[in-house]
Amino acid sequence: MEEGVVNEILQGPLRDVFDSKQLITDISGSGNNWAVGHKVFGHLYQEQILEKLRKSAEHCDCLQCFFVIHSMGGGTGSGLGTFLLKVLEDEFPEVYRFVTSIYPSGEDDVITSPYNSILAMKELNEHADCVLPVDNQSLFDIISKIDLMVNSGKLGTTVKPKSLVTSSAGAFKKRQEKPFDAMNNIVANLLLNLTSSARFEGSLNMDLNEISMNLVPFPQLHYLVSSLTPLYTLADVNIPPRRLDQMFSDAFSKDHQLIQADPKHSLYLACALMVRGNVQISDLRRNIERLKPSLQFVSWNQEGWKTSLCSVPPVGHCHSLLALANNTCVKPTFMDLRERFTRLYKKKAHLHHYLQIEGMEESCFSEALSSLSALIQEYSQLDATKSMPVEDLPRLSVAV
Amino acid sequence: MSIVTVQLGQCGNQIGFEVFDALFSDSHCTQGLCSKRENEAYRSSCKERFFNEEENGVPIARAVLVDMEPKVINQTLSKAVQSSRWKYGQRSCFCQKQGSGNNWAYGYSVHGPRHEESVMNLIQKEVEKCDSLGGFFIIMSMAGGTGSGLGTFITQNLQDQYSSSLKMNHIIWPYGTGEVIVQNYNSILTLSHLYRSSDALLVHENDAVHKICAKLMNIKQISFNNINQVIAHQLGSVFQPTYSEEGSFHYRRNPLGIDWQVQPPLSRLPTLGKRSLSEQLRFNTSIANLVVLRGKDVHSADVAGFKDPALYTSWLGPDNAFNVWKTQRAFSKYEKSAALVSNSQFLVKPLDMIVSKAWNMFASKAYIHQYTKFGIEEEDFLDSFTLLEQVVASYCNL
Repeated sequence: MEEGVVNEILQGPLRDVFDSKQLITDISGSGNNWAVGHKVFGHLYQEQILEKLRKSAEHCDCLQCFFVIHSMGGGTGSGLGTFLLKVLEDEFPEVYRFVTSIYPSGEDDVITSPYNSILAMKELNEHADCVLPVDNQSLFDIISKIDLMVNSGKLGTTVKPKSLVTSSAGAFKKRQEKPFDAMNNIVANLLLNLTSSARFEGSLNMDLNEISMNLVPFPQLHYLVSSLTPLYTLADVNIPPRRLDQMFSDAFSKDHQLIQADPKHSLYLACALMVRGNVQISDLRRNIERLKPSLQFVSWNQEGWKTSLCSVPPVGHCHSLLALANNTCVKPTFMDLRERFTRLYKKKAHLHHYLQIEGMEESCFSEALSSLSALIQEYSQLDATKSMPVEDLPRLSVAV
Repeated sequence: MSIVTVQLGQCGNQIGFEVFDALFSDSHCTQGLCSKRENEAYRSSCKERFFNEEENGVPIARAVLVDMEPKVINQTLSKAVQSSRWKYGQRSCFCQKQGSGNNWAYGYSVHGPRHEESVMNLIQKEVEKCDSLGGFFIIMSMAGGTGSGLGTFITQNLQDQYSSSLKMNHIIWPYGTGEVIVQNYNSILTLSHLYRSSDALLVHENDAVHKICAKLMNIKQISFNNINQVIAHQLGSVFQPTYSEEGSFHYRRNPLGIDWQVQPPLSRLPTLGKRSLSEQLRFNTSIANLVVLRGKDVHSADVAGFKDPALYTSWLGPDNAFNVWKTQRAFSKYEKSAALVSNSQFLVKPLDMIVSKAWNMFASKAYIHQYTKFGIEEEDFLDSFTLLEQVVASYCNL
């Protein structure tokens, strides 16, 4: 809802990739106000949005999925972005909606981000098929780690200079204090690996609709923790199995996650491993066997692994792994968000900015809060089953 | 006598290719260990059974390829063409763009009715090219969405449309520790429905074949290619022409017409190798067994061990329950080879496992909303569970 970023894209090296007719901009932005993004701009631009969506959809032989990419803490991405979700659901009910959401980190410079995030969460709960939460702190840590690797030039472990992880799209831009380009590159890789099996051949393909089918056991619980490896790669091509196994171990380490969470000590509802490159089914199975004992799965999904093998590795790497986990470890993130929200809301701080927008009432806030609380409650109930012994339920007895 | 193969989904198509390749390689093998005339008869019988002749002499597989997304079929077609020894018919495939999302309900209730006419037409065309139709061989996996859901739907249609023809479903049993999280649901839905419409279910377990690759073949890095090739090899050894009892110049035996006296069974092929009798059979009661012997000294082979009444049930003795087919022509350059197709309690344990896991998951209602979305209700699940519990109980009571 302001022109700066879009204009930059249209003048940058990828300008030919984007259709300049398929954009909507305004002048003043949403002022970090979810209500402005959702109610004001949503209402204003609804027709235009629909029209441009329909136009894009017409070009598709078979439309399977929408990717919505936004942040939760601001006004446009958060407000207008979630408004868009509802539009997509109404207009294209059979098409999947995958949302990549950047959640606000602890040290976040937008004061109203808790309000925006909670209001957006309600929409994500109700209208998204699948959400991949990402937070800036994790991305920053990953980039720092890579920088460390590159600068220290450790023996045997180097980052290939042209590899996808380190090349920055906006190379002409100065490296700022917060290197957003490099961080965004990580998220881009997430989406690349997510779609790799749909784009390339492999011995065990996995489409986007399979992600939703396998990783979302109950409609509300659709938040997936993602982790990517490798973040650095080995210089030699023939990688003996031991190093390959290291890639799998890394995927389950906190350092490689795109959100601050601790899945190993929480409960797994389901886990997907999307492998790219010269990896075969025996490698996959060996590693699952190896890692399984240290992970806790919910009682009704003890072998809850979804796997895919894509033959084509990412540029500059020999193989890679994307792990998507539906795990109760997202609960602390949501609880933290609720905490920050409550602190502001109790004092009614900045509330007037929202309530002065037509269509916004206090009930919007309380409803959003209870939606989040219900979600947290569901995760808590599952967590409670964690240490219970797994028993087989009595089966049907039939007359022979 | 010809067999029409229907390959469904990624698994079905990948395996189907290996099967035709194995059949072709074997039939053109020069070391048949038999007379030239014998070899010729074998080759032409195999050809008639599985291939069609084109003008320029390149054999075309009697197959229909079905998948709900294009990548695998394209790969399969081009692999065949690249081998330049045989190929698939240009218009023998049916393909969509979207896939079935590992959802049995989607494959069965959405893709099935939507594409029924197209797929059945393709099959019809293939049938018309056969002088005499031996039956259908349907290759599918249980864990996914297309093979399992659409495969079941098509099998039911074949039952309606070609009720007098034999149908054998080749089912791939998924790895115990997941390839697909909802594989147990997909499996029980598949099995319970196929029980009512298929004549025979030939099963290959990924776990078992994986072990063969690892332990017997010592392959270090096992790929799906390896696995599929082992499966194709086993199938080939059963499906290639064998003598009928009467004449020795006519390869008559219809592998699909294996006489199973009772309900559609689950049968299994253990390892190939030199002719040897495994002692484990003693702990496993069989309804019926078929041994296929090929190669040297085949007529003097001693199969007495298979005729032990202790192996069989009280109501079907070895005279009726045990069959042996012998062919002098060697398979795939093996001097001697044996294959065992068995309708026995081998599969009770795996079946029981799958039902158990599916039941546990069902009790928590996990993932059910993905199925009810497309018309498969909880009742349908319960029906499936009931039927399979009966199957397990029946086999246990042998």
